[in-house]
Amino acid sequence: MNKDILVIGGGIAGMQSSLDLADMGVKVHLVEKLPSIGGKMAQLDKTFPTNDCAI
Amino acid sequence: MPENRDNDVRIGVFICHCGSNIAGYLEMETLAEYTETLPNVTFVQRNLYTCSEGGINEIKKAIKEQNVTRVVVASCTPRTHGPLFMSSCGEAGLHPYLFEMVNIRDQCSWVHMQLKEDGTTKAKDLIRMGVAKAALLEPQEPIMSDVQLRALVIGGGIAGMTATLALANRGYEVVLVEKQEALGGMLNRLNKLGPVMTDASGFIEGITEKITQHPKITAFTNSQVTEVQGFIGKYKVDIETESKTRNIDIGVIIVATGGRVFVPDGLYGYDGKKVVTQLEMEQLLKKGLDSNIKNVVMIQCAGSRNEERPYCSRICCQTAVKNAMLIKEQIPDARVSILYRDMQMYGVENEEMFRDSKAKGIRYMNYDPEKPPEVKPVAKSVQVSVYHSLLGQELTLPADLVVLSTPVVAQEDAVATSHLLRIPVDENGFFLEGHVKLKPLDFATDGVYLCGSARFPANIREAVAQGLGAASRASIPLSKGSVVVEPIISVLTNEEACRGCGLCVALCPYSALEIQNTEKGRKVHVIDVACKGCGVCAATCYQHALSINSFTDQQLEAQIDAFLEVS
Repeated sequence: MNKDILVIGGGIAGMQSSLDLADMGVKVHLVEKLPSIGGKMAQLDKTFPTNDCAI
Repeated sequence: MPENRDNDVRIGVFICHCGSNIAGYLEMETLAEYTETLPNVTFVQRNLYTCSEGGINEIKKAIKEQNVTRVVVASCTPRTHGPLFMSSCGEAGLHPYLFEMVNIRDQCSWVHMQLKEDGTTKAKDLIRMGVAKAALLEPQEPIMSDVQLRALVIGGGIAGMTATLALANRGYEVVLVEKQEALGGMLNRLNKLGPVMTDASGFIEGITEKITQHPKITAFTNSQVTEVQGFIGKYKVDIETESKTRNIDIGVIIVATGGRVFVPDGLYGYDGKKVVTQLEMEQLLKKGLDSNIKNVVMIQCAGSRNEERPYCSRICCQTAVKNAMLIKEQIPDARVSILYRDMQMYGVENEEMFRDSKAKGIRYMNYDPEKPPEVKPVAKSVQVSVYHSLLGQELTLPADLVVLSTPVVAQEDAVATSHLLRIPVDENGFFLEGHVKLKPLDFATDGVYLCGSARFPANIREAVAQGLGAASRASIPLSKGSVVVEPIISVLTNEEACRGCGLCVALCPYSALEIQNTEKGRKVHVIDVACKGCGVCAATCYQHALSINSFTDQQLEAQIDAFLEVS
């Protein structure tokens, strides 16, 4: 079985899955239809309740 | 500290605008001009967003082209962005630990929004202090440690069982510890599971069977964890079972100890017979309701969203609607009224169930927390009076059964568990995750993870999702077989000075210190991987024998001196 994993969508959920999988040692292919990853989160300023900058 | 270091200290300072988060409230030009005058600073640049790709490239460019040997970024919090800047330095060939961060957003522009001049002065102070420290920074090498390929899951409810199975199916050994005599937790006391109305007992039997038959899983019931020593990858855990106490080597720990339902003694005439909780209602429904029950009144937020328990327990609204529907199923002509403050029916299925329930004739009535419903016994039944805000008058509802939707509260032994594992609980007694968004299923302590109602009231779907998530997070160190630990730790820099008094050992919150008998007598020994670099030991040691990497006495003194220079 091929052990590479495809993640479709580079928003926060797809990015976190990709990172965790890569940390487990799996090769991940992350596909995002827009020019940059980040999804909705990249359009936010500060996020509740910690006031962390979304970027 | 070598004397000739100053010769090759060339500090690059990057001052971030953070869009308008910082630039809107501080005088950025003044700040940059001032920074240029600071000792050892050879390069200063302002960035719209230092953390953006452009900003990062500027840092790399300065390291390569300006031959900068220390990087200071004055921007936001190191908690979220420190690792990014450090790795960027590393990519450009500068040692990642020759980096210092100054927080001029949270500590200046945010808190002194109305005071531009004072905020700017404070930012100058902070940058000056950061630069002074940066000049004395030294490279640190990451620490590697092996990981025992065995997980401990504490709590055999649905979250813990799910996490156990997920890890075992990945091929890791799992030890599951449950204090009750059966696995299943709260599920054992439920009737049907909304919104699809499957039987709780069938669901739990299926999972229990998978667990008991899995060759990688050892499940201990009627058991508890009594002692936890060690750190990520190398825990030694005492598990007290009915027959004996075992000591087991563990690599990672998942906390899935769940919650319990608040028993509303003295509230709304609670007696467990005519006035019951939703959890007791589950059992009544399972046995089959007495067909004489014609009027049922449910009261939401019973004991929650008040001063004592300010939180919303989230799952009680859906439970109430589910049980109201099941009452109608058993006794179609029963009148069921739900007295609520706000209905929290998030998600597609819950909202659908809510709408269905209205179509089936379940009545919803809003009550004002200032004028809560009152429950009075009358003859063989009870009577609920409630102020109806739209009608502007008090209504009286007859009730054969009153059901109180009480919140899920923290386990009684949550604090004991928190001491055992050195993990924090919040003001309501629930376990506190490492970070709401960055580490929702991890604790700040490496190697310990969290899922289910131990964290916050969760329904079954959420508990399962969190169980899978925690298992996934826990399998990162397991799959690697080793962990890299931050080298910002305590170091015995002056062994001669250490008298082995053990004061630091007693105060260490992470059990990272021990006293060893060496040829030179009793000396403290730092367990690298367990140390979190909090600094309690170094601050306590009256002999100044211990020092924290990147937070040495010299570095901190340099910062204090820099602060006092101008002020």
